[in-house]
Amino acid sequence: MNDMRLIERAVDMNETKISARNVNVHYGSTHAIKDVNVDIADKTVTAFIGPSGCGKSTFLRCLNRMNDTIDICRVTGEITIDGQDIYDARIDPVQLRAKVGMVFQKPNPFPKSIYDNVAYGPKIHGLARNKAELDDIVEKSLRRAALWNEAKDRLQSPGTSLSGGQQQRLCIARAIATEPEVLLMDEPCSALDPIATAQVEELIDELRSSFSVVIVTHSMQQAARVSQKTAFFHLGNLVEFGETGAIFTNPEDPRTESYISGRIG
Amino acid sequence: MTDMTPAATGPLRHGNMEQIRAGLAARARKQIRLQIYGIAAISFAFLMLGLLLVSLFSTGYKAFTQTHLTLQVYIDPAEVTVENLPRGGFNDLLEATLFSEFPEVTEPADVRALRNIFSSAAQFELRDRVVADPDLIGQTVTLRVPVSDPYDQLNKGLIDRETPVENRRLNDEEIAWFDALAASGAISDPINWALITNADSRFPELAGLKGALVGSFWALLVCFVISFPLGIGAAIYLEEFAPKNKLSDFIEVNINNLAAVPSVVFGLLALAVFIGWFGMPRSAPFVGGLTLALMTMPTIIIATRAALKAVPPSIREAALGVGASRQQVVFGHVVPLAMPGILTGTIIGLAQALGETAPLLLIGMNAFITSAAASPFDSATALPTQIFIWADSPERGFVSRTSAAILVLLTFLITMNAVAIYLRSRFERKW
Amino acid sequence: MNEQHIASAYDRDLEAIQALIIKMGGLVEAAIADGTRSLETRDIELAEKVRAGDKAVDELEERVNEEAARTIALRAPVSRDLRIILAVLRLAGSLERVGDYAKNIAKRTFILAEMRPISGSDATLRRMAREVELMLRDTLDAFIARDAKLAADVILRDEGVDQMYNGLFREFLTHMMEDPRNITACMHLHFIAKNIERMGDLVTNMAEQVIYMTTGVRPEDNRPKGDRTSSIAAVD
Repeated sequence: MNDMRLIERAVDMNETKISARNVNVHYGSTHAIKDVNVDIADKTVTAFIGPSGCGKSTFLRCLNRMNDTIDICRVTGEITIDGQDIYDARIDPVQLRAKVGMVFQKPNPFPKSIYDNVAYGPKIHGLARNKAELDDIVEKSLRRAALWNEAKDRLQSPGTSLSGGQQQRLCIARAIATEPEVLLMDEPCSALDPIATAQVEELIDELRSSFSVVIVTHSMQQAARVSQKTAFFHLGNLVEFGETGAIFTNPEDPRTESYISGRIG
Repeated sequence: MTDMTPAATGPLRHGNMEQIRAGLAARARKQIRLQIYGIAAISFAFLMLGLLLVSLFSTGYKAFTQTHLTLQVYIDPAEVTVENLPRGGFNDLLEATLFSEFPEVTEPADVRALRNIFSSAAQFELRDRVVADPDLIGQTVTLRVPVSDPYDQLNKGLIDRETPVENRRLNDEEIAWFDALAASGAISDPINWALITNADSRFPELAGLKGALVGSFWALLVCFVISFPLGIGAAIYLEEFAPKNKLSDFIEVNINNLAAVPSVVFGLLALAVFIGWFGMPRSAPFVGGLTLALMTMPTIIIATRAALKAVPPSIREAALGVGASRQQVVFGHVVPLAMPGILTGTIIGLAQALGETAPLLLIGMNAFITSAAASPFDSATALPTQIFIWADSPERGFVSRTSAAILVLLTFLITMNAVAIYLRSRFERKW
Repeated sequence: MNEQHIASAYDRDLEAIQALIIKMGGLVEAAIADGTRSLETRDIELAEKVRAGDKAVDELEERVNEEAARTIALRAPVSRDLRIILAVLRLAGSLERVGDYAKNIAKRTFILAEMRPISGSDATLRRMAREVELMLRDTLDAFIARDAKLAADVILRDEGVDQMYNGLFREFLTHMMEDPRNITACMHLHFIAKNIERMGDLVTNMAEQVIYMTTGVRPEDNRPKGDRTSSIAAVD
C-alpha cells in the first residue's frame, strides 16, 4: 500500500509582506487602477486574475516601481513592503528592484552567456566580493531554478541558445540571484508550451517557501493550480481577494463568479 | 439517374469559365509586364553605371603608367663639386647626355625643344642622387626620369601623327627624336606610382594625389573626431534621457531637416563663421573637417537613433527589473547592442563626407598646393577638390589623370561602403 | 507512462483524498465487525460505540465531498484523474450508506438484547456479515491497487450473500409460524439480515466503480441477482 497521509491544509497564518492602501494609477487621463487595497502575504503565491485591460499588470508593476519609467504614469496611495513605503522619496528604485525581482512575459535573457546573465544582478549590486562567491551565487540560483543540471556544462554558451522554457527558468534564476524577498511574475508562462509551463509552475511552488510570489496570469486554471491566494481585478477595481480554493468553489462577488465560469471577459 | 454535367448547372456555366480564364490570363500578362518594366529599369541603371565605369577606365588607365627615359649621365666634376652641393649644373649634365645622342641638333630653337623631352623635375632627381652619394661625382650613373607630358602623350598614342603639323603638339622633328630614342630602347613605360606618392604639380607627368590624400585624411579625421562622439552622445541623450515634450520634437524635426540641407550651404556657413569670424586658416583641413562634421552629424544622429530604437524594449525591461540604473541600462545593454547599426551609419556618413566637394571648394581647399599638409592647419586640397582642379587644367595629361583620380576616389568609397555592409551583416540580430 | 504529475502538489492532493476513503473504509469495516459481534454477544456497550462511531464516518464523507469539489475546481482533472475523483465521490457515498446500515444493526441490538435469542440464525448472520466485511476489504484493496480482476471477483461473491439472505428469510418465516412470540425478534433479525444483504449490494456497487475507474469501461450489467425473496409466496 502506498504511503498515504492526510495533508492538513496550511491555514495561512503567514505575515503580510506587501500592503497596498488606496492605490490609484493614472495613465495620462485614463484612470487605470481605482482605489485598490490589498495585503499580500509572505511565503505565499498570490495570483492576480482578470480580463484583459483590467489593470493587473499595471498594479504589479507598481510593486517594484517599474511604472516610474513611463512618463505619463502617476501613482498615488501607499504601498509598503515590510512596513516601508516604497514610493518614499528617500527610496532608490534601483535598490528596490534588487529586493523585488521581476520575471516578464516573454523570456528575455540578455545576449550574454548563461553565467553572465545570472551574475549580472549580483555584480551591479556588489553582492559578491570575489569570483568564487559569484560562482557560488550563480550555481545556487541555477539550482533553485531547476536549471543547473541542464546548464552546468554550458555556462559560457549564450543565454539565447536555450529552449523557451529553459530561457524562462534562466530569467527566474537571474531574478532570484539578487536574493529578493518578493518575486513578481507577469504572465511568465504565456509564451511557453504546456510541459514547460508545468515545470515553471512546479518551480514556483518550490520557490514559495523562500519568497513571496505575486503572479499575474490570464489563465484562471493556472491561478487555480499554483496560488494560495487569488485577487480578481475588473476594470481597475479589486473585486475580490481570498483563498484560492474558496474563490474557485464559492466566490462571494457575482462578478467573480461570472468571470471564472467564463461568462464575462 | 439523371445525366447532369456539372458545367450545365449552377454558377459554373460555360460562359463564366471563359471569363474567369480570360481574367487570369490578363492578370498573368500584367505580371509579366511589370517584371519586364522592373528588369528594364534595373538594366538601364546598370547600363548607365557601366558606361560611367567604362568611360572612366578607358580614359584613366593611361594615367596608371608613365613614360620614362633612361639616360647614362656622366657627372662632370666641372659642373658639380662636393663643396657646391646641393647647387650644381645638373640640368646641363642631363642636356649633355641628350645632346650626345643627337649631335646634329644645333639650332637654338631645336636645342630648347630637345631639352624639353625630359621632365623639368629630372634635374632634381639627379641632384638628390648625387647629394645622397657624393662619390658619384666623376662617374656615370644610369638615370631613369619621366619624360615631359607631350612625349608621354605621344608614347601612349594620344597624339595623332596624321594631323597637320600646325595642329599638332609635337612637330615631325620632335617625333623623330622620340622614335629614335624609343628604337634605342631608352624609353620605358612602368607603373605610375607617382600618381599616389607625388603632390600636385603643374606638370602632369609629375602630378600626384599625395597632397589630396593627406588633406582628405586630415579632414576626415577631424570630421570623425568631432562628429562621432557628439553625434552619438546627442542621439543617446535624445533617445534615452530627454523628456518627451515639444522641445525634443522640435529638435528632432530640425535634425531631420539638417540632413537634407544642400552641402554648399554648409560651405557658406564655414566661410562666414569659421574663416570670417573665428579667423581660422583658409584651405585648412581642420576647417574642412569642421564643415564636414556639421554635415555628417545629422546622418550619424539619425542612424544612431534608429539603431537605439531597434533594440527591443524587453532587454531594457529585463535590465531594469534586475535593478540596473538608467545609465547602466543604456550604456551596458542598449548601446552595445545598437553598436553595429551605429557603426554602419557612421561609416556611411564618413563615406559621404569623403566625396563632398562644394563646401570644401568654398573654404578654399581647391588651392594649388605642391606639398602634402603636415598638420591639419596647413593648407591642403582634398580628393574631390583635386579632381575639380585637374579637370580644369589645360594640359592633355590631366585628362587621363582626372579619370584616374576619380577611380581612386570611387575605390575608397566602395571600400568604405563594403566595410559598412560587412559590419552590418556580421553583427545582425544577436539577440 | 509516468505515474507522477509534474506538479507534485497535484499528486499529493489525489493521494490525500484516497487516504480519506481508506480511512472511511477502515471505520466502516470495524463498524460491521463490531456491530455483528455486539449482536451475538448482546453487548450493549459495544453497540453504543458503533452507533456513536457513525458520526465520524459521516464527517469523513463530508470532507471527501469538499476535497473532491476543490480538486475538480482547482485542477480540472481529465481522463484517469477524473475517473479517480468521480469514483472517490461515489465510493464515499456508498461507504456512508454502508456505515448507516451498520449503525442500524447496532441500534436493533439494544432491543434484541432484551429478548430471548432465536436459535440457528446467529451463525448464518455472522457468516453473512463476515463475507460482506471481506468483500469490502477486498474492494478497498482493489481500489488502492487498481486491480480490476479483484473487483470483478467481489461482484461475483455477492451471489453468495444473497443466497444466505434467502435462507435466513425462509428460516425466520418458519420460526414465526412456529411460535408467534418469536415474531418481534424475528422481524428485527430479518431487518438486520436485509441490511446486511443491502450492504453487500452497496459493496458490489463500489466494486463496479473501481472497475470503471481502472479500465474506463463500465462493467456489463450481468451481476448475479440472487435475491429471490420477492418471489416467495409461502413457506410450508
